Amino acid sequence: MKLSTFKIGGVHPSGSKLSADQPIKVMPIPDTVYIPAAQHIGKPADIIVQKGDKVKVGQLIAKSSGFVSANIHSSVSGTVTAVGPVPDPSGIAKMGVTIKVEGDEWMEDIDRSETLDTNVDRFSDKEIIDRVTAAGIVGMGGATFPAHVKFTVPLEKKAEALLINGVECEPYLTADHRVMLEKSEQLMVGVKLIMKAVKTEKAFIGIEANKPDAIEKLTELSHKYAGIKVVPLALKYPQGSEKHLIKAIMNKEVPSGKLPIDVGAVVSNAGTAVAVYEAVMKNKPLIERVVTVTGNSVKNPSNFLARIGTPVRLLIEAAGGLPEDTGKVISGGPMMGKAATNTDFPVAKGTSGVLIMPEELAHRREPEPCIRCGKCVDACPMGLEPYLLSVYSRKKMWDECEEHYIYDCIECGCCVYSCPAARPLLDYMRLGKSTVMGIIRSRKK
Amino acid sequence: MEDNVIAISIAVLGGVAVLAAAILYVVAKKFKVDEDPRIDEVNELLPGANCGGCGFAGCRNFAEGCVKSLEGKFCNVGGADVMNKIAEILGGTVTAPDPKVAVVRCAGSTACRPKVNNFEGAKSCAVVAATYAGETGCAFGCIGLGDCVTACEFGGVSINPETGLAQINESLCTACGSCVKACPKGIIELRKKAAKFRKVYVSCVNKDKGAVAKKACSSACIGCGKCAKTCEFGAITVENNVAYIDYTKCKMCRKCVEACPTGAIKEENFPPRKPKEAAAPKELGQPTNADKVEVKPEPEKIVLEKKSDNPNAN
Amino acid sequence: MSNLLTISPSPHFKDKPTTKSLMFGVLTALIPTFLVSLYSFGIGALVTTLVSVGSCVLFEWLITKYMLKQQPHIADGSAILTGVLLAFNLPSNISPFIVMFGALIAIGIAKMCFGGLGCNLFNPALVARVFLLISFPVQMTSWPKPIESRLNYLDAVTGATPMAAIKAGDLSICENANFLDMFVGTIGGSLGEVSAIALILGGIYMIARKIITWHIPVSIIATVALFTTLGWLSSEGYVFGRKIEVIANLFESGIHPLYHILGGGLLLGAIFMATDYVTSPMSATGKIIFGVGIGLLTIIIRLWGNYPEGMSFAILLMNAVVPLINKKFQPARFGAPKTK
Repeated sequence: MKLSTFKIGGVHPSGSKLSADQPIKVMPIPDTVYIPAAQHIGKPADIIVQKGDKVKVGQLIAKSSGFVSANIHSSVSGTVTAVGPVPDPSGIAKMGVTIKVEGDEWMEDIDRSETLDTNVDRFSDKEIIDRVTAAGIVGMGGATFPAHVKFTVPLEKKAEALLINGVECEPYLTADHRVMLEKSEQLMVGVKLIMKAVKTEKAFIGIEANKPDAIEKLTELSHKYAGIKVVPLALKYPQGSEKHLIKAIMNKEVPSGKLPIDVGAVVSNAGTAVAVYEAVMKNKPLIERVVTVTGNSVKNPSNFLARIGTPVRLLIEAAGGLPEDTGKVISGGPMMGKAATNTDFPVAKGTSGVLIMPEELAHRREPEPCIRCGKCVDACPMGLEPYLLSVYSRKKMWDECEEHYIYDCIECGCCVYSCPAARPLLDYMRLGKSTVMGIIRSRKK
Repeated sequence: MEDNVIAISIAVLGGVAVLAAAILYVVAKKFKVDEDPRIDEVNELLPGANCGGCGFAGCRNFAEGCVKSLEGKFCNVGGADVMNKIAEILGGTVTAPDPKVAVVRCAGSTACRPKVNNFEGAKSCAVVAATYAGETGCAFGCIGLGDCVTACEFGGVSINPETGLAQINESLCTACGSCVKACPKGIIELRKKAAKFRKVYVSCVNKDKGAVAKKACSSACIGCGKCAKTCEFGAITVENNVAYIDYTKCKMCRKCVEACPTGAIKEENFPPRKPKEAAAPKELGQPTNADKVEVKPEPEKIVLEKKSDNPNAN
Repeated sequence: MSNLLTISPSPHFKDKPTTKSLMFGVLTALIPTFLVSLYSFGIGALVTTLVSVGSCVLFEWLITKYMLKQQPHIADGSAILTGVLLAFNLPSNISPFIVMFGALIAIGIAKMCFGGLGCNLFNPALVARVFLLISFPVQMTSWPKPIESRLNYLDAVTGATPMAAIKAGDLSICENANFLDMFVGTIGGSLGEVSAIALILGGIYMIARKIITWHIPVSIIATVALFTTLGWLSSEGYVFGRKIEVIANLFESGIHPLYHILGGGLLLGAIFMATDYVTSPMSATGKIIFGVGIGLLTIIIRLWGNYPEGMSFAILLMNAVVPLINKKFQPARFGAPKTK
């Protein structure tokens, strides 16, 4: 059978899923956690604790500051030692809360039992969304878009289907893969809950064909849950992009500038669905997540269940330590992840993995002249012309950037990946995109 | 037969010529845009760099603006000389703003601001600033990839290969402000141009707390406030852990330079200090006077001598 | 090694091909053609190719180093490729000085004047070929007979190529020559254009290695095939059983389509020259338009033009249109609004 996938562009980086067979290990609770106030797209949360406050696991420490924002909870119990800058992969310290850990005392209303609760019917759609909002759940694939915003379907629109993103098209990362395997039942209940919240009868779980075990297990389980179907997908990056997943599964194109809901789709990550299960059924806020620590030079590539705020350094140590020849540490996957300035930054809600690259892989090649081979054009999944857009951006020709749809760029990196001349296409395009988006916004005002 | 061919050719071509001329004439009449001829005259006078320093999109736009009203218009590049000529044409007066010069407020040279990371990617400050603090621990300092250099139309900015910082060639600077706009970190400021390009300024914009700033860069302003206490004219304010000298109040006494524990306050183009402490009050007086006289042009000034001649005349 | 962590914007992963590997991939694809030309034309082929490559590389190095004052990057292989392609477009018995002159035109005028690698509007090797064709028409069109002239290349016995013969009105060659000769390459012609099988092999190799896409070669060959078949079938003037005078006059010589495809520089042009990255369009649609244009122009020049061979003119003419094609035929955009 020919597996479905999206049509335009895309690349095939080698999978390198080194940690695919490593079961999720629970990280010990660290001595100190650093919890940033901005772990999601949108406004940073307002910190509501002060230095010296005692907090418990699951206690609200920063409140959502608007519709597109999310609550943040303490992931440990202990004393707040500072409210101020916490480390960030970018090297620019961001606002956050530092907590010194004392014991492991949880909020009383959190159900910590392992028993599976499948009684979806006891919640109404509104209650589900309320609980998701309260738990501060965001998209856990890396985009960190607040989940309650996605699940709140506007009145005039209708969700035809819920798409669960189990694609994990980034090379190296295996966090979602392990979650799908080890928390399959919870995932299914989570999917049911989201289906109820967005009022749809259909859900598709899209999984790329390089995870046959997950496809098999979930397909088997899906017979028990009405309306849920597992869709195996052909390997292609960036299939994990919302728009491309919709194209691959529903064969619909989200029009430029529109949202998935405009074609009747709600997309959510597999990890997010599990978090929704825990938030709604167990009343547990988003305080921990699965993080893949991997890389060719890493001794034991692993998947860890770590508390939010755990310094990444500790995770790397648990995976066998930072190798001597490390040249680059990436927060996220190799295609869209962010190269970190140091290893002190904490695990945040969107930290899906930590990739360590040895010195010989850490460097870019010196850019050569563009030979106009058109490989970037062929690779672009949005059908843009990166060779042109990068020049326009570099020359600050914003009008031309806009005419060539720079705002459609999803920053997937396919153009740079395929460029034989190693040109920094995306570096400039990102700049052009944000500038043009700013111009468009100011025009609307 | 042959005569005939020639006659026909002449007739046809002549006809075409007359027709085309008629069309051109009609179109030229019909679509004629009445334009104030003075716009062209003014435009002729302007330097034609299209730097945008005046706030207009280009020199011609500025000329159009001037023709409408001369009030508040000034071309820094052309200077008072040009502006006076424009005023002659249009009738009216020009008000010259204080002459200014761009100042790079970062002293984090490679020696005092160690590299903590190694950046690879597009060689553009804007690209770096969009994602990272830069290659050093200081998130506020000069990135040194030269967006300001490319922005400057006059070749007045360069990156000093030794310090890795942007530096202004004051004699070429026209205070158009292109570099100020180009710098993603907002380091470059237009400050008052004093005699002999003398200036006293805080060469740091780091808003981090003292200890953090000091760790990243040994010449960072740590916001200790000693300078503010030293200043007799109330020109120095400390806000967000960084000091700022208000150039409208500063009398260039340079006491703050001595007070600064990290050397973040710089004095430039002053004669070497006399070793004796006693000399200080005298010096204090002199620049102050010079200041009051308001940039009475120093004849030895190189390129700008003409331009700075006239602001006082107005 | 510095122990500083490297930071850079994403992505941090890179596909293997480099400019260099692509250029050398094309060179690899040209090996079979080169072998056939050695077999057919012997020492002449070798000398011409070596002189052409050597002088292209030398000129590129001299110009970048001393005129542009830049670091020369000969290693990327683009100058070597230009040299090989130029040689493949020349007869094997041509004087080495003419070859060197051609190399100077290719590198100096067609490539470096426009700004070097990636900036040239026209295919350098073709510019040089056309330049030489106009400047040295005799030398450029006296083709040595294959096999016989392997050793004494400079005063070789010359003979007509299939295309030239047809142009001269000598249709007997069509009746006598067999397609096998044209397929294998034991016919007269430029170094690289004689062997269809070697060129096609090279083309398949390049498509398989994703160095080029199928669009340009296939659309050129298909266009030529379509129109020559039409011409062949209607050469008596009969279209669907009816005789139409105009068509009969247009395609007065009924030449088998295979002569058009196998003879002359069509395959070399379609597979190696027109697919040159720098001078071909970016999007798939654009590439097809480009290919069809080349095919049409080739046929028009061959049937009704003055030259027996139209490929190089056709490609150069279409090269000039590439910027327009790029502007007009942008790639299919994801999520483009349906209505205009």
